[in-house]
Amino acid sequence: MNSKIPDNIVLKVSKVCKRFPGVKALDNVDFELREGEVHVLLGENGAGKSTLVKIISGAIPLSGGVISLFENEVVIKSPKHAQEMGIATIYQELNLIPSLSASENIFLGRETTNRFGLIKKINLLSSSRRILEDLGLEIDCQVQVKNFGIAQQQMIEVAKALSMNARILIMDEPTSALSETEIQLLFKTIRRLTKKGVSVIYISHRLNELFEIGDRVTVLRDGKLIGTKRIVETTKDELIKMMVNRDLREHYPKLKTDSGKEVLRVEKLSSKGKLKNISFVVNECEILGIAGLLGSGRTELARAVFAADKFDSGKIFIRGKLQTLKSPRAVIKNGIGFVTEDRKAQGLILSLSVKENITLSSLKSFSKFGFINFKKEKEKADRFINEIKIKAINADQIVYYLSGGNQQKVALAKWLCMESNVLIFDEPTRGIDIGSKIEIYSLMNRLKSEGAAIIMISSELPELIGMCDRIIVMHRHQIAGEVSSSEATQETIMRYAVGA
Amino acid sequence: MINKNQILQNSRQLGTLIGLFIVILIFWLLSPYFFSTSNLVNILLQSSINAIIAVGMTYVIITAGIDLSVGSIMAFSAVILASAMQSGIGVPIAILISLIVGTLCGLSNGLLISYGMLPPFIATLGMMSIARGAALLVTQGKPISGFSPEFRFLATGEILSIPFPVILMIIIYIAAHIILKKTLLGRYTYAIGGNEEASHLSGINTKIIKTTVYGISGLLSGFAGVILTARLNSAQPIAGIMYELDAIAAVVIGGTSLLGGEGKISGTLIGALIMGVLRNGLNLLGVSSFVQQIVIGVVIIIAVLVDMILKKRKK
Repeated sequence: MNSKIPDNIVLKVSKVCKRFPGVKALDNVDFELREGEVHVLLGENGAGKSTLVKIISGAIPLSGGVISLFENEVVIKSPKHAQEMGIATIYQELNLIPSLSASENIFLGRETTNRFGLIKKINLLSSSRRILEDLGLEIDCQVQVKNFGIAQQQMIEVAKALSMNARILIMDEPTSALSETEIQLLFKTIRRLTKKGVSVIYISHRLNELFEIGDRVTVLRDGKLIGTKRIVETTKDELIKMMVNRDLREHYPKLKTDSGKEVLRVEKLSSKGKLKNISFVVNECEILGIAGLLGSGRTELARAVFAADKFDSGKIFIRGKLQTLKSPRAVIKNGIGFVTEDRKAQGLILSLSVKENITLSSLKSFSKFGFINFKKEKEKADRFINEIKIKAINADQIVYYLSGGNQQKVALAKWLCMESNVLIFDEPTRGIDIGSKIEIYSLMNRLKSEGAAIIMISSELPELIGMCDRIIVMHRHQIAGEVSSSEATQETIMRYAVGA
Repeated sequence: MINKNQILQNSRQLGTLIGLFIVILIFWLLSPYFFSTSNLVNILLQSSINAIIAVGMTYVIITAGIDLSVGSIMAFSAVILASAMQSGIGVPIAILISLIVGTLCGLSNGLLISYGMLPPFIATLGMMSIARGAALLVTQGKPISGFSPEFRFLATGEILSIPFPVILMIIIYIAAHIILKKTLLGRYTYAIGGNEEASHLSGINTKIIKTTVYGISGLLSGFAGVILTARLNSAQPIAGIMYELDAIAAVVIGGTSLLGGEGKISGTLIGALIMGVLRNGLNLLGVSSFVQQIVIGVVIIIAVLVDMILKKRKK
C-alpha cells in the first residue's frame, strides 16, 4: 500500500461554500490534494461530494471560499478553463462520441491540420498510440469507440485527459459499471498515473476499493467536512460512522401493525447485469424497505416486478398465484402500483391536468362504450385531491405547474384511484419539501393500516429505518442482507450496502 | 387564481382565429369577388380535402408522431375505388373497399411504428413510396375517369346550397372532436404524446392506441380520396403529391405542437381554412402559384414563431 504521501500541495480548497435556493450544499469545506496521491471523497448521496467536484472542475461557481492551484489563487470559470489549468474530470456518464475512433476522440477539437485544413491523421494516430502505450494499454486507436467495453472507454477518457496535460484527474464513481478484472485494470492505470505525479480525486461508495487504491480519504456529510484521514490510519467502521452519524434525526410517524398474509413473493429473480438471484416476500400491512447505493439494482428490481423490464429467470407470485404477466398493464390489473423514482419522466403526464393524471390508470372503470363519464371522473379526482390534500387550483390545473410534493401526491393518487393494494415507492420523497415528506409518510402508514403491502426504495437511511418493518439491502445487484426494524441502524445497513 | 396553461391554449386558439379573420379581411378589401357567398362556399369546398386529411394528421401529431404517407394513401384509395367501380362493383361496396384499403395502409404504418419500433418518419416515408407505387401499378400510370352520376352526386349534391363534401368535412370534424375530448382513445392519445413511458407504466396499451391512430389517419386519407375522385370525376395515381405537407401545415398553424401531447381539432380546422383562404384569395388577385407557395411558407413560419414566443413567455 502507498503509505508515503508526498508533500507538494497541488490543489487547496479553503472554506468553500455553495448555496442552492433553500439548501446549503457545501458549508465551509476545506480540502487539499497533494502531488501524486489518490484522495478519496466519501459520503452518502447528497453529502456534497458531487457539488465539490463540480466546483473544482468549473461546472458550477462557488458561493464563497478560495481555491488555490499550484499555490496560486484561481477562479475557475468553466470546465474548459479548468482543463486548460490541468484539471480533467471523468464523469460516470462518459463523454465520448461512439461513432468516432479512439484517436479521434482523444484529440477531438484539438486536431492538428495541414495548410488545407485537413486533419493530419498520421499525427493523430502516433500521438494517441504514444499516450495509450504510456498508460500500458493495448487499445487499437482506429477502432470506433462503441466497440469497446466501458472499462476501455474509461481508459480512452483518461488518455484524452492526459493528452491535455492534466495534472489533476477527477474520477466520479469510475468502478460503478466495471467488473472485477476491469477494476484491477483501472487501478493499474491509476497507479501508473500517480507515479508520474498526477493527482487523483476519486469518488466512490465502495469501501473495499478505497483501501486498495486510496492514500487519503475525506468524508463529507450534509455539506460539511467531517474529516480527512490517511487510509492506513483508519478503518471501515470508522469511515461508516463518519458517513452516517446524523446530528438531526427526523421525525417519522412510525406505525406498528401486525403484518398479515403474504401478498407478493419473488423467487430467485435474475436478469443479466441487473439482478442476481433475488428472493423476498411482502405481506399485508407491512412496509418492506429496499436499501442500497445508486446502481445496486434497486430500481431494476422494482421495474422487473412491475413487468416494465423483462427478466431472465425467477418467479413472481401475487397472493400465491404464479404470475406470467408480460406488461405493466396486466400487473396493474392485479393490484400493483408503482410510484416511480423519476416522477416527471416516468410517473406523470405533465401536459395533462391533475384530474386526468389521477384517473389515467383507472379511466376504463368509469367509461362506457369508450366514452368517459366526466361527472364520475371529476368526483373521483376531487375525492383524492381532498383526501390527500393535493394543493392545486382545481382538478383541471396542469400538473406541470404543481410543486414537487404535490406532483408526487398526484402520482400516488393515480394508484389510490386504481385501488392498488401492493404499492412500490421508488425514492418517494426525493426532491420534495419536509412538510410533503411527512404527509407522504402518513399516507404510507394509512395505506399500511388499511392492509396494503408496500415496498419502499430509498437512499435516505433514516427514512427507511423510520418507516419500514423490514429492510433488505442490495449490493451489486444482489441482496446483501436483511435487517428487521428493531435491529436496523444506519451502520448495519451501510455495512451491507458497501459490501463490507 | 387562473389556470395559466388553459388561458395559453385558448389564447393560441384565439390567435389563430384572429389570423383567419385578418386574412379574410385583407382579401375582402383587395378583391371585390372574394366575399361573395359562392366564393366562400367555394373556399370551404376547396379546403375540404386538406381539412379531412389534416384531422388524421392532428391525431398522429398529438401522439408526437408524423404521417408522410397521407397523400399517397389518398391516391391509392382513389384508384382502387375507380377500378372497383369500373369493374362493375356497386358504388357503396366500392367506396367501402377503398376505405378499407386506406385504413389498412394506415394500420400497417401503425404496426411498423408500434411493434417494429420504426421511427414514424421512416415508416410513413416508406409507405408514402409504397402506396404511390401501388397506385401507379394498379392504373399503369394512367388516370381512370368517367363515373356514374349517382357516384358523382357525392361531390355535386348539396343541402341548403352547402356541397356534400363540406357537410362531410363538418361531420368528420365534429366526430373527431368528440372522440378526442370524450373517449378513452382521445385521452390516451394525449397521454402518449405527453409522455409515452409514463403512459405505458400507467397501464395504457400504447402500441394499440398508436396503431389505431395511424389507422384513423389512413381511413381519413381514403375518405379524401373518395371525395376527390367524385369531384374530379377522375382518379389519378399522381394525385395528392405534397398533400402531407399541406396537412402538417394546417395542423401546425392550428396550434398543435409537433412535440406531441397537446393540440385541438378546432385549431386544425382554422389552420386548414387559413390555407384555403390564402390560396383562393391569391388566385383571385392573379398571384402566380409560385408566389403562393412562398406566401404559404411564410405563414407557416410566422404561425410557429408566434407559438414559440408565447410559450417562452410562459416560462
